[in-house]
Amino acid sequence: KFEVASVKNWTNPIQEVTLGATSGDGGSRKSTITLGGENALPYYFDAEMPHRNYITMDVFDMPIGMAKAVKSNYDDVINDPAEWAKKVVRDFNADMVTIHLISTDPLIKDTSARDAAKVVEDVLQAVDVPIVIGGSGNPQKDPEVLEKAAEAAAGERVLLASASLNLDYERIAKAAINNGHVVLSWTQLEINAQKELNRKLMKQCNVPRDSIIMDPTTAALGYGLDYAYSNMERIRLAGLMGDDELTFPMSSGTTNAWGAREAWMVSSPLAQDSEWGPREYRGPIWEIVTGLALSLAGNDMFMMMHPTSVQVLKEITQTLYG
Amino acid sequence: MKINSPLEAYRYLPGTNCGECGEQTCMAFAAHLIDRSKKLTDCTPMLEQKFSKKLKDLQALLAPEIREVEIGVGEKAVKIGGDDVLYRHRLTFFDPTALAYDVWDTMPENELVERVKKIHDFKKFYVGNFLTLDMVAVRCVSKDPKKFADTVKKVIGTTDLPLILCSFDPEVLKAGLEVAKDKNPLLYAANKDNWQQVADLALEYNVPVTLFSPDDLDTLKSLAVTFAKMGTEKLVLDPGTFPSGKDLKKTFTNFLKIRRAGVEGDRDIAYPIMAVPLTAWMVQDDAVSASYWETVIASIFTIKYGDVMIMHSIEPYALLPQLHIRDTIYTDPRKPVSVQPAMYKVGTPDKDSPVLVTTNFALTYYTVESDLASSKVNCFLWAIDTDGIGVEAAVAGGQLTAAKIKKGIEDSGFDLKNDTTHNTIVLPGLAARLQGDVEDETGARVMVGPADSGRLPGWMEKNWPPKAK
Ligand code: B12
Ligand code: SF4
Repeated sequence: KFEVASVKNWTNPIQEVTLGATSGDGGSRKSTITLGGENALPYYFDAEMPHRNYITMDVFDMPIGMAKAVKSNYDDVINDPAEWAKKVVRDFNADMVTIHLISTDPLIKDTSARDAAKVVEDVLQAVDVPIVIGGSGNPQKDPEVLEKAAEAAAGERVLLASASLNLDYERIAKAAINNGHVVLSWTQLEINAQKELNRKLMKQCNVPRDSIIMDPTTAALGYGLDYAYSNMERIRLAGLMGDDELTFPMSSGTTNAWGAREAWMVSSPLAQDSEWGPREYRGPIWEIVTGLALSLAGNDMFMMMHPTSVQVLKEITQTLYG
Repeated sequence: MKINSPLEAYRYLPGTNCGECGEQTCMAFAAHLIDRSKKLTDCTPMLEQKFSKKLKDLQALLAPEIREVEIGVGEKAVKIGGDDVLYRHRLTFFDPTALAYDVWDTMPENELVERVKKIHDFKKFYVGNFLTLDMVAVRCVSKDPKKFADTVKKVIGTTDLPLILCSFDPEVLKAGLEVAKDKNPLLYAANKDNWQQVADLALEYNVPVTLFSPDDLDTLKSLAVTFAKMGTEKLVLDPGTFPSGKDLKKTFTNFLKIRRAGVEGDRDIAYPIMAVPLTAWMVQDDAVSASYWETVIASIFTIKYGDVMIMHSIEPYALLPQLHIRDTIYTDPRKPVSVQPAMYKVGTPDKDSPVLVTTNFALTYYTVESDLASSKVNCFLWAIDTDGIGVEAAVAGGQLTAAKIKKGIEDSGFDLKNDTTHNTIVLPGLAARLQGDVEDETGARVMVGPADSGRLPGWMEKNWPPKAK
């Protein structure tokens, strides 16, 4: 007779965090999404997983460089973030939409925070799913941009991306608290930095535990996924075993997979390599396998770009979820 | 492994600190035994007669929880299993998942040979090495032992990759074994109906054998116990790979259960596990969807405890991610990923050759180096010490700066003015914003190359040698 015990030291549940607010809660979303709540590694038989994985699809506030296989899906909406948002929800089955306000970067277009906030309003009008708001990644400008965006989206319980150690995270935390949003706590593949930032958000900035999601960084398959995978797995195991600084749901910038040359290059630059075959098939599977690996490490939410990748990753994560 | 501290292993060692093993002390050697970076046989004094009992005892204590099974012979032989932990960061995973691709005995001969060659030859350069496929699984579709044997023979004549012989008919397996008996193939498979005859074959030919018990771990375990009693522990367990829905979830659970029980000390089931992602082809109708789904299943079971897998698609868009996810999971998390910061020569550079700047992140360095070497570009390649960070992140994080580049030049003893005719440096495209600063710091001319080093050869044709100012 075959027997195996359940894991005994997974005693600490992961925090549940809800994104989006319906009219009953002071927002205008049609439905909300709850992440977290796990008592075991994902899909494990030790304990039921309370919520499935969710996918938020990227929308940008200006045309940006994208792999050809990705871009061909967005040619018709590339200049209109609201239409773009509609398209990913209607045609590609996105659970959520991320609006990246990259044009606010002083080195790109230096769009004002006020104008960027208008784009956020447009997107909120265009779709009724919960949304994520991303800055440009510029540490000087992001706090201001996210502040204005948070005000424009007051009451909608959006995810603000992101607070990090190299910018004024306190301003972003405040913007979230004052307007009823959730903060994305983003660090770069380092478990101790993640603990430090979470601690600061909780203790120094008083962000409630149900308003923090972590992004411990996603590196693409072949480009550091080994780090990203184990970093997430360690974070999740530490959380389950009682480290309260790490018991938050996780989010992955799975789109990073498109940075891998295997995803976008026409053919291998190396003469000794075997043929790489058509790139339109390589790209989506690169994004899928990157996301799938992290889903097994404990990641809850995926930020993604290619419709096929979204469809296949949804199918497999929901199969494992049961 | 039954012990986990160097002290426990130390007790069995000679204790003379003789240094034969390459370590200063027996204690240092003991630590390497525990992290599995050295083998017990590296301590030659232990091989003396008087230590034979201690050697045997320590060997038993150090043996990995999951048995190691070898398939094939010679250079291409693969070892599977051998693991001690459930999470790679706790140590590392040993013996990478062996990837097998199928052929079948009703294939026309020319197609068969062509397919085997493709499997044998497929390679992808990555961080200083080639990623390659491991095995060929020969499936009997004809039900004809003779036909199967002929196919196996043809395959052996074409490749030295290890084989899996696939049939539930002992007659067929025997016919295959007759032609492959020197090749140590893996038998696939014994089940609850044929196990008696297949066990006899495995023992007679002394080859490893797969036990197949779809979604029935009780039977799987009792088969394993029976085979062990009959005299073979060269076993691989296949709990069935169901390709969709609730059954796929069950498969996932079965893999977890088997490996957890094994690592936690249930010797009866501590064997390598086989996954068969090929079953994806039973539920997906077009080739692209099937290849995708097969790759998805292969990825799951590369991460979660599959030790050997049989696949069907040999499309590069399936093989590349399969190879990379296997490498990702089996990369030793303890080993450094940077190269020594230095001025490296690619090909045979002379005074007219370009001087290219890159970082000492291993992935960056090897990518750039192989791009250049494969197009036969002769140049100097400067790996600047960026603490092992790639170009774009190092520029963003301040590890790649004009001052660092200047210091790198000074430290290497390379003198741009005397050692080149052109006094020029080429920066990575992603470090373009350093151009002015580097010019000021070094006094050299600074050119900006393409963003991706794959485009360097083409860029060189247009831009090198630099036009005199
Ligand atoms: C993995 C990664 C990390 C890892 C780095 C691990 C490591 N050892 O390098 C970690 C997590 C540590 C990291 C941290 C940060 N990162 Co980071 N990271 C990445 C990621 C996902 C992949 C980078 C990579 O490895 N590429 C593969 C290597 C091989 O590329 P490469 O070194 O650039 O080499 C190529 C080219 O440069 C060129 N090349 C190389 N040498 C040469 C030489 C010549 C002569 C030529 C012509 C060409 C050439 O060819 C190579 C092959 O294509 C990218 C996103 C992405 N997908 O690209 C972000 C990215 C690079 N990171 C970014 C940032 C901002 C950071 C941080 C500053 C974040 C922060 N706020 O703290 C920190 C900085 C940390 C530090 N420097 O200390 C940004 C950079 C934005 C920018 N353009 O300024 C990126 C693009 C992500 C993003 N979109 O925001 N990161
Ligand atoms: S070879 Fe053996 S006896 Fe000699 S130092 Fe090493 S462990 Fe000790």
